[in-house]
Amino acid sequence: MSGSILAMRGMTKRFGPLLAADSIDLDLYRGEVLALLGENGAGKTTLMNMLFGEYTPDAGEVRIRFPGGDEEILPPGQPQAAISARIGMVHQHFTLAENLTVLDNILLGTEPLFSPKRSRRRARAGLHRLMETSGLNAPLDVRIRNLSVGERQRVEVLKALYREARILVLDEPTAVLTPQEADSLFAAIRDLLGDGLSVIFISHKLREVLAFSDRIMVLRHGRMIGEMPTSEADAGGIVRMMVGEEQARVDRTVGKPGAPALGLAEISVPASRGHRGLFDVSLTIHEGEILGVAGVAGNGQSTLAQITSGLLQPGQGTISIGGRDVRRLSPARALREGIGRIPEDRHQDGIVADMSVAENLVIERLDSPEIQRQGILRRSAIAAHARTLIDAHDIRGPGPQARTALLSGGNIQKLILARVLEAQPGIILANQPTRGLDVRAASEVSRRLIEARDRGAGVLLISEDLDEILTLSDRILVMHNGRIAETKSRDRAVIGAMMTGGAAA
Amino acid sequence: MIEIVPRGTMRPRIAILIPVIAGLAALLLAAVPLAFAGAPILPAYAQMASGVFGSMFTVTETLTRATPLIFTGLAAAIAFRARLWNIGGEGQLYLGALAAVWVGTGMIDGPPILMIPLVLAAGAAAGAVGLLGPALLKTRFGADEVVTSLLLNFIILIFVQMMLEGAFKDPMGLGWPQSEPILDSAVLPTLVDRMRLHAGFLIAIAVALVAHAVLAYTVWGFRIRAVGGNAAAARHAGIGVKRTILGVAIMSGACAGLAGVSEVAGLKGYLTSDLSPGFGYAGIVVAMLAGLSPIGVIAASLFVASVFVGADSMSRAMGVSSFLADLIVSMSLICMLVGGFFARFRLRRRTTRAP
Ligand SMILES: Nc1ncnc2c1ncn2[C@@H]1O[C@H](COP(=O)(O)OP(=O)(O)OP(=O)(O)O)[C@@H](O)[C@H]1O
Ligand SMILES: [Mg+2]
Repeated sequence: MSGSILAMRGMTKRFGPLLAADSIDLDLYRGEVLALLGENGAGKTTLMNMLFGEYTPDAGEVRIRFPGGDEEILPPGQPQAAISARIGMVHQHFTLAENLTVLDNILLGTEPLFSPKRSRRRARAGLHRLMETSGLNAPLDVRIRNLSVGERQRVEVLKALYREARILVLDEPTAVLTPQEADSLFAAIRDLLGDGLSVIFISHKLREVLAFSDRIMVLRHGRMIGEMPTSEADAGGIVRMMVGEEQARVDRTVGKPGAPALGLAEISVPASRGHRGLFDVSLTIHEGEILGVAGVAGNGQSTLAQITSGLLQPGQGTISIGGRDVRRLSPARALREGIGRIPEDRHQDGIVADMSVAENLVIERLDSPEIQRQGILRRSAIAAHARTLIDAHDIRGPGPQARTALLSGGNIQKLILARVLEAQPGIILANQPTRGLDVRAASEVSRRLIEARDRGAGVLLISEDLDEILTLSDRILVMHNGRIAETKSRDRAVIGAMMTGGAAA
Repeated sequence: MIEIVPRGTMRPRIAILIPVIAGLAALLLAAVPLAFAGAPILPAYAQMASGVFGSMFTVTETLTRATPLIFTGLAAAIAFRARLWNIGGEGQLYLGALAAVWVGTGMIDGPPILMIPLVLAAGAAAGAVGLLGPALLKTRFGADEVVTSLLLNFIILIFVQMMLEGAFKDPMGLGWPQSEPILDSAVLPTLVDRMRLHAGFLIAIAVALVAHAVLAYTVWGFRIRAVGGNAAAARHAGIGVKRTILGVAIMSGACAGLAGVSEVAGLKGYLTSDLSPGFGYAGIVVAMLAGLSPIGVIAASLFVASVFVGADSMSRAMGVSSFLADLIVSMSLICMLVGGFFARFRLRRRTTRAP
């Protein structure tokens, strides 16, 4: 390998009392994929934000070496400087403008706002070339709002590549992708490495990291604590390094199903712009069992989740809870009936980002006398409650009174889990519950879901992660094209075939 | 090239300083038009200051002028907190005034302890109804409340004119389109002997404090903040988003309605169709200057009222146009927006380099 093209030295960032990055050194070499690992809140995003100029570091410098051999120290805190040094970043959360087309989003910031038709035509041609060489495709004239998450992720990458990034930062690019989408994204990026692209890649999915990266660096509590070539790494060792201890595996235990807890009978929903339709979906979740729903994202899982959370009224069919028919399930009714819901899109449905962590922890139980008395909030009780949950669920961040927007992605997910599980719901809808969580937090969630099941809760687990489904579920359903079918098989290949429309086994 | 760089988190002290600095900057900038108008600058400022702080009379006049602004400022601030864009404060103010006149000019009579709460309640209710319409159209049919509440202002004003020419016209009014006078028992008492400052001011302060307490300390306020912060998440969490919006509409409209009551029953004594020189719209400016905080609304109203009263007195003394007051208020809003921008972003000179 030639010399490094990027050298970060002594990068330090403090948020109040929290040292989010503590003199971190990082080198990146031409044509390599560097995986950045670490627990939720370890400081990965913070470090990348300093590289990209979104955060001004308290100390440290970023040195870029250009192909000619020139070196430059990036001025801190200037995204424009990072862009012109050809650093591209795909953020953990989408940064696309929903109401603009793909083309406009990609051009945004690179061209004057009202550029003449001709230069747009040139840009379009350039993008077509780029899509061809990279293998990443996106419909240029469709508004972002109408794209699936996988397509949006490709647009984010295209946007970075269109600006001729030589250093591409991918912050959990596959958290919202199906394994198939992730694989095609990796394949496309692999092809670009030969042309001199270098990639820094953040992920909690060890399998991906082992398959895709050349070198691994591990962060813990804001410190760089280790580095190794991927060829010498194994999953167990990485986890040990990340969390500083041996990882207890979650083993599949068998539940003891009891009476029906939640039933959907012949539910049909016409498709609409916001969601895919459902056709004649029936399922029953019993007390004390985990019912897994496997499937490629976008086959109706979101619609199923919306119905179970009370956000969407089915056009046809009935919902029953504990054997009683429920005429109209609203979110409030769902909460009263003891349905705990972990939403898929935590930023959109899960939290009010501008309210405090403590407030978001009680938002689903404002009627409880522990929270209020005669309509007056019991602020000290709410704060104490927050401290308890923060400890119990290891939610890391600037404290209970901080705006929730300041938490790291994984810690927001932990907040939602804490809120749901604390209410001891009889039914739990877990939609992608471990998305964005580090290994330890993810197995903690698995453990808690099993614990909830063992105390008698019925769990509807929707996940794209087939391993998660296989380890946790007592029964497995597969969704495809808005229809649902049960399978007795636990064979990955059989289930995989059903997921893509093969015959039921 | 200049570029825009976001800063980290904003410290609360800066958040408070911005409007103060913005106000001062706007006052300083006023020197430019003053110079153009040919007025001597320093004496003009002195005149402005003495027009506000010069005597018991000027101070009470300023507070009197601030009173309707506090009410309409609260109306805007409360609604905006829930992302209900109430632009109809002006119309709701007139509805409140109309209701006060309807109840307070002889429909019934009683002791002040009964009549005053009655006119206040009637006006608040009328204002609330005035915003409930647009809010219902929004929650039912998704109609944009900016448009509906704004257009309603004109309809209501014409309705008021119609009533003043008809049913509510004062037979003793020598043909002027004005209402009968409010009964003595329904008039808000003055606070200082021989001054116009009336109890409406204290009511406005009390309403602002209550609004602050509701937002910060009650479940209801929690719901409002949640709906304003992220309606989808609020709905997911079982909060009745539509109900909350309708409730906010009632609170907001009621505040604007109280502005009308306070002007009619506290200051003018009867209703004319030029009761408000745009207090409803000025309330929006006040709310923005206040950063949508109810306590801030008090401060912002006092500032805006001082500018109006001060500039009024100066223009009379110096012979420059009293539109200067509008100019200063608008400039302070612009300064406020610019200040808010600089609190969140920094300008940097971009270093250009060969790639
Ligand atoms: N602007 C900010 N103000 C205060 N604290 C912050 C801010 N940004 C990040 N933090 C805190 O810094 C810590 C590191 O956050 P960061 O987002 O870098 O974590 P991460 O390693 O990317 O985690 P995840 O895997 O969950 O995304 C977290 O505890 C987070 O709450
Ligand atoms: Mg992160």
